[in-house]
Amino acid sequence: MDTKNCFHCGNEIIKKDEVLFDEKSFCCNGCKTVYEIFSHNDMSCYYDFQASPGATPLDIKGKYDFLDNEEIVNKLLEFQEDATAIVSLYIPHIHCSSCIWILENLQKLQSGISTSQVNFGEKKVRINFNSDKTSLKQIVEMLSSIGYEPYISLENFDEGKKKVDRTLIYKIGVAFFCFGNIMLLSFPEYFEVEEFWINQYRGFFRWLIFALSLPTFIYSASGYYVSAWKSIKSGLLNIDIPIALGIVVMFIRSTVDIVFDYGQGFFDSMCGLIFFMLLGKLFQIKTYDFLSFERDYKSYFPIAVTRVASDGSEESVQVYDIIKGDRLLIRNQELLPVDGILISPKASIDYSFVTGEAVAIEKKSGDKVFAGGKQLGKVIEMEVLFSVSNSYLTQLWSNDVFQKRVEQQHKTITDKISRYFTPALLGLSIVSFLYWVFIDVTTAFNVFTAILIVACPCALALTAPFTMGNVLRILGNRKFYLKNALVVEQLAKVDSIVFDKTGTITTNEKTAITYEGSELNSAELRLLKNVLRGSNHPLSRRLYDFIPNQEKLDTTNFEEIIGKGIFAEIEGVKVKLGSSQFLKTMTENTHKKTKVHVEFNGVYKGSYVFNNQYREGLELLFEKLSKKYNLIVLSGDNDGERKILEKMLPSNTSLVFNQKPEQKLQYIESLQKEGKNVMMIGDGLNDAGALAQSNVGISISEKVNVFSPACDGILDASQFDKIAFFMNYSKNAMKTIYMSFGLSLLYNAVGLSYAVSGNLSPIIAAIIMPLSTITIVSFVTIMTNIYARKR
Amino acid sequence: MSVIYMLITISIIVAIFFLYAFIRAVKSGQYDDDYTPSVRMLFDDELRKETNKNQIQITEEKQL
Repeated sequence: MDTKNCFHCGNEIIKKDEVLFDEKSFCCNGCKTVYEIFSHNDMSCYYDFQASPGATPLDIKGKYDFLDNEEIVNKLLEFQEDATAIVSLYIPHIHCSSCIWILENLQKLQSGISTSQVNFGEKKVRINFNSDKTSLKQIVEMLSSIGYEPYISLENFDEGKKKVDRTLIYKIGVAFFCFGNIMLLSFPEYFEVEEFWINQYRGFFRWLIFALSLPTFIYSASGYYVSAWKSIKSGLLNIDIPIALGIVVMFIRSTVDIVFDYGQGFFDSMCGLIFFMLLGKLFQIKTYDFLSFERDYKSYFPIAVTRVASDGSEESVQVYDIIKGDRLLIRNQELLPVDGILISPKASIDYSFVTGEAVAIEKKSGDKVFAGGKQLGKVIEMEVLFSVSNSYLTQLWSNDVFQKRVEQQHKTITDKISRYFTPALLGLSIVSFLYWVFIDVTTAFNVFTAILIVACPCALALTAPFTMGNVLRILGNRKFYLKNALVVEQLAKVDSIVFDKTGTITTNEKTAITYEGSELNSAELRLLKNVLRGSNHPLSRRLYDFIPNQEKLDTTNFEEIIGKGIFAEIEGVKVKLGSSQFLKTMTENTHKKTKVHVEFNGVYKGSYVFNNQYREGLELLFEKLSKKYNLIVLSGDNDGERKILEKMLPSNTSLVFNQKPEQKLQYIESLQKEGKNVMMIGDGLNDAGALAQSNVGISISEKVNVFSPACDGILDASQFDKIAFFMNYSKNAMKTIYMSFGLSLLYNAVGLSYAVSGNLSPIIAAIIMPLSTITIVSFVTIMTNIYARKR
Repeated sequence: MSVIYMLITISIIVAIFFLYAFIRAVKSGQYDDDYTPSVRMLFDDELRKETNKNQIQITEEKQL
């Protein structure tokens, strides 16, 4: 093996930077230090559970100074009394069993921590500590030093203790208890009807069953009554109406049966039905706790910033306390929370968070800087122009689309079916009632109730939850995380797909740099690299990273003309690089492409071209999709790459350039007005509006547990080329649902034939009901898995 | 009084006891995280091996 991987973090080791310690090799000093900490504290079995589980600790000096501010700390703590404090921290790096082990043994690393507990699903660690012995700041700094830096944002600030809703589980527990006991108690009567022994205890059994069914009828099924009532009030017929009707009729009919001693009633079927339907609900709820689909700017913003007081001293203040005229210090990698004016001479600000463009923008003293930008490089100072709630970004967020999701009048497939099902069912029962009333009034009532009981659309109501629940799980395994089951249905209806360009069809990771012109020899490359070292321009930096490592030389003369290029002299060679204007060698009209031209001693050599790198499989994906969907590429950039895209993508793809965030949103809106069902695939915050407006907004993310704007689904970037499969799969899921609807109607027909003829006995109901449930559930599970295997 | 009444009463009481235990378990949050405990229980052995050794005092510097 030529390349070695770091023992701690698993990254490839660059030979020059290799650090050897304890016979193990590390990629940098940071990783070595973490290993040292662990081995000193007898915690090296951290590395036993999983090979190279760690992360390189980042430099956080001064970053958490705001945790000295007691007010902020109090807002973050979950609990505090006397010296005991509890805090829950979100740590994005949690990913394996080693992580759990190390984070649950924090007490060995820092005295004052009593216990810590990890919730893997939520990627959170809950730490109990003694606030006299240690502080939150120390804990956070200790976590960062071992590579587990917690993420603290403005969102944590107002977050109280979240209430967990466990009602559904209680309801299922109660329903199962009742169902099981009633089933057991009903058995004797099913098997032998007219025996002395049974006759003696019949009353006791029946009333006991009645009593046991009450909790299910009143408590567990309560959700259906509420939902049915609401849907009647709003005039929409949803599936809960026949369900609630069936349950109530079943209960009344059964009660009447045992009061007048007609029979044993349908209590077991009723409880079983409620239990299975609740189970379906539970199955459908598949949540990805570690992902958040409802983010707003708060989860990106820092909780506190450093303010420079008039006497020059620095203090940490809450973001909400910033007022116009304050001076703020922004460190490397920190986000600007407000709009302001730059005081420091120079800053390079990365607006990728807002615009999706990865190139940092140079700002000079006196320039306006906007909230949402990230400072790269040195510490800068700025003067605040507006308070947080008035800045450009927060105003963008207060756009209506973000405030409330456009209420899309979306009817689920089950509700659509039930619009026909409910009237048909009521019609049939009334017709049969009228038919029987002339023959025998008692039978007429029996038939009427039997129809409502047997037709209670249990299987119908179970189909969608089980199919969708399974589809959500299968997609989740393939790194396509959907917000809820409804998204699958909407996905199947999409007819237009809108892609964002930067970050979506191109990768963020690196832009490919190509060289055009006469080849440079190694001496020239060395000169070039050394010239670039002195420059802070974003393009210089990228080029610097692109050119392989060279030995250091001293520059004798260095001049950077902002916006033009660099002139430098090294070892007697004059090096000139920059824009074509700067070099005055207009070889071609190339304004559209980003290029850096190079000249040595007045001789023009060539230029470096910065291309956007497209994702793998892009062409194939578009080709597949273009047959079925209307494809659009929306870009915030200029149309520099129109030619390349036109060549690469199918001819019917529309390309729209120079779109601001609001324009993207409007574009989607106009498509929807044409009656299109639009899916938007985007990444940065600049797409947030469009994602919210579209019928299905999918956000694409290189690292899923890092951040993405509010959306309906999150797609891992590595799965980008599978979009066509996902779209097809959602359609197949709907097909499965239709097929099993057919199946469940078949069961209904059989049950109804018993009911209409007045022969529905409790034992038949008790057989048909679970049988239909089991067939439906296994049918949809098998079908969704078969479709998933197809490529 | 027939024995059947007694037996069924006992069986219901036992069932109610289990229902109560289930509800309490849910209430205490045991069902909120269904993954971490499965990993955590495998750690016990490693811990015991370590507590036997002498703990090395952490210096102030290493905490940071």
